[in-house]
Amino acid sequence: MISLADQFLVLVLLINFISLGTSRLMFSIRAVAAQGVILGILPGLIHPFSWHLVAITIVIIAVKGFVIPMLLGRAVRSAEIKREDEPFLGYVPTLLLGAIFTALSFGFAGSLPMLPVHQNYMFVPASIATLMTGFLVLTTRRKAISQVIGYLVLENGIFIFGLLLAEAMPIMVEAGALLDLLVGTFVMGIVINQISREFSSLDTSLLTSLKEE
Amino acid sequence: MAQELFAPSTLILTATLLAALSGVPLLFLRFQGASPLQLLSIVLMLAASCLGLTGAGITLLSGYSILFELAWTLPFGPVNFGLDPLSAWFLLPIFLIPGCAALYARSYWHAVNHPGTVRTMTFFFGLMTASMSGVVLARDGISFLFAWEIMALSAYFLVSTEDEKPEVKNAGILYMITTHTGTLGLFALFPLLNLLCGSWFFPSPASLEASSTVSGAIFLTALFAFGLKAGIMPFHIWLPSAHANAPSHVSAAMSGVILKVGVYGLIRTLSFFHGIPLWWGCCVLALGIVSGVVGVAFAIGQHDLKRLLAYHSIENIGIIFMGLGVALVGQKVGSPAMMLLGMSGALLHVLNHAVFKALLFLGAGSLIHATGTREIDLMGGAARRLPYTALLFGVGSVAICGLPPLNGFVSELMIYLGLFQGMQGDGGAAVAVSLAAPALALVGGLAVACFVKVYGVVFLGAPRSEQHATGHEAGLQMLLPMLLLAVICCVIGLVPGVVAGLLQGVSLTVLPSSVGAAGTALLKLVPTAMISLAGLLLLVVIALLALWYRRILQRNPLGEAATWGCGYQRPAPRMQYSASSFAGMLTSLFAFALRPESHQPGRMAGLFPGKSRFASHIPEAVLELVYIPALKRLYQRTSGIRRLQSGILQQYVLYSLVTLIVLLAVSYF
Repeated sequence: MISLADQFLVLVLLINFISLGTSRLMFSIRAVAAQGVILGILPGLIHPFSWHLVAITIVIIAVKGFVIPMLLGRAVRSAEIKREDEPFLGYVPTLLLGAIFTALSFGFAGSLPMLPVHQNYMFVPASIATLMTGFLVLTTRRKAISQVIGYLVLENGIFIFGLLLAEAMPIMVEAGALLDLLVGTFVMGIVINQISREFSSLDTSLLTSLKEE
Repeated sequence: MAQELFAPSTLILTATLLAALSGVPLLFLRFQGASPLQLLSIVLMLAASCLGLTGAGITLLSGYSILFELAWTLPFGPVNFGLDPLSAWFLLPIFLIPGCAALYARSYWHAVNHPGTVRTMTFFFGLMTASMSGVVLARDGISFLFAWEIMALSAYFLVSTEDEKPEVKNAGILYMITTHTGTLGLFALFPLLNLLCGSWFFPSPASLEASSTVSGAIFLTALFAFGLKAGIMPFHIWLPSAHANAPSHVSAAMSGVILKVGVYGLIRTLSFFHGIPLWWGCCVLALGIVSGVVGVAFAIGQHDLKRLLAYHSIENIGIIFMGLGVALVGQKVGSPAMMLLGMSGALLHVLNHAVFKALLFLGAGSLIHATGTREIDLMGGAARRLPYTALLFGVGSVAICGLPPLNGFVSELMIYLGLFQGMQGDGGAAVAVSLAAPALALVGGLAVACFVKVYGVVFLGAPRSEQHATGHEAGLQMLLPMLLLAVICCVIGLVPGVVAGLLQGVSLTVLPSSVGAAGTALLKLVPTAMISLAGLLLLVVIALLALWYRRILQRNPLGEAATWGCGYQRPAPRMQYSASSFAGMLTSLFAFALRPESHQPGRMAGLFPGKSRFASHIPEAVLELVYIPALKRLYQRTSGIRRLQSGILQQYVLYSLVTLIVLLAVSYF
């Protein structure tokens, strides 16, 4: 089962590159939703069966795969924008940076002092790479919706790391984290609408005008 | 089971919950009119007060002490709550004053007259009361911080109740900045304590050695953080504007209780240590002297009734700190009498100040309600229109001046006695203490001058302005809480023996065990019977004088005329002494600290000089002449650093990314 999990993780990494390389927002949202579904399946592959696990799997797939994409899709439709036009950094340079970060995270994870059980997994490098991807999306994109996507990718990276601990983690903490994410996305959806109404654009760099002098 | 149900801890926790929930009914306004819901909130609050006071009373009488641990899985370990006589003593004002203020609010801030603000106000008022109780019950740093922050934030929402007015908004912002600066101090304090004793749980009394550097740092951060909340002199800047701009019953609760929570924090922190060095005591004593003297000097110069009362809070906190200072110096000198007298005086003054200051603020609220202004110079002759308010305000004034036969006198006498004990020793301690006694006397004298001014200008004479002369007496809901507070003032003042035993118990929980072992008794140190006797005698004399005066009045013809105005042809009410002219001499004596500003009239010459005007004003000198210029300079110096704050969201995330990469790289190589 471990090798299957590793293959899924490779898929996760590929989806990272999709979210870095595409300018179409709906496509990006769907990619991240697919990433969420894969992450929902992963705990079932590496841990023995328990009802706790089933519950987590169902909730994660429902929230990450369906509810959040639906909320974001609605925001995109109501704001009537389809593309991220002029990012701070172009798509090719971000893709290159993403590749470099992914390579670096593999190198870095090799030197971490880990339990022998976790030594050969791809979890830690995949986690760090996804985290970095999330940061890249957050820093290089202008549109508020891209910001939310970056935030989701970032959270996915943290989630992969948490998989190693899934048995030790109490269900309350997971539920809390998921709720956080859901509420965060919900709030962002509202904020996006407000921004687009106020500035008639979703460009977050316009928010500088809110800065205190 | 029944015993457990009526245990003081159960009562107090129930009271805390009730207080926290008291504002909730008003949030469901859709289903009911606001007025009955407000009544329900007040009933809940009063029930909380009764339960809490009963619990605190039982704890004090029985010397009961208990610890609870609430296990939860959040970081920093379990939450610890506890109850002991010190907590119970502070719970007295915490449940008494908000209870009175809530009843007062029924008439003062009626839901029908203030539909927009009554909901937030009632909700946060209950929450503030509950969180203050939480602060004194907390037994570890983390739960203390939780309760402290809830208290600070709910007080912010209370101060900025009428935030459509710019001055209220500014007062709220200033309060917010300073309270969070204080919290920053607490963020330093608790980790330092953790460093010293290895856990977030509060150490047991007198378990830490005070001579180490860490202990010194703990003392200084505690003095800063709690001093900021208590409003001790250099850190008092938020206090005058916040107290002046909040609704009066909120000011009563803030001045009466929130400041005391700061004092509680300091006493609790100090009780962890033994072998306290002399400089700790001298620091506290010096801060107390400065606050006392300068606070009352600022008060004398004020024209705004509530601002004036706010400065008196600073003065009284100064007196409390002087008592604490005496107790600390006593620890160094090894004098049980000094420790007991100083600590008991400070603790009693905590309760006394809460009671009479709340009484005065509520009285001020009635006056403002009736006259529609806070400006002392626009009032006048209020005693004729508000006789009961005038009487009760008078009781509060006498109490705050520390005059017999009321409660302020008893606590100040204890501190005096402690100071006199200290003077009999020798060395640095005796010098410090002998400087403090005249300062305390000066504070008392100036307070009398200030309240003669307030009472004379506001209640006596003739109304100075037609516009503000139409108000009438407050209703029963406003008078009843004031009456209760006034009665408490009289009882503590006339029968101090009642509280002396309780005070001794409370003091012993925070003082080193040598005091209890020495067998010193507060009742032997303070002549309580003498105070009662003298107080009664004084009352009898006053009553006889009043009777005699009335008989004289009855015998002679009575007429009404304007106050004598230097023999001018046509005396007018505006020729009466104004608040500023009464205080003119004293403010000019203290001009070096007060920095009064006055706009002199132009040259008046000739037989028919033109119109002219004169105005004088006492600014908040510490804020306007020290802090703001210093902060402005800091702002200019740091323009380079501020470029980092570009306002671009992505750039902020980039900072996190760079930090992450640097950290990963550091751990990699």
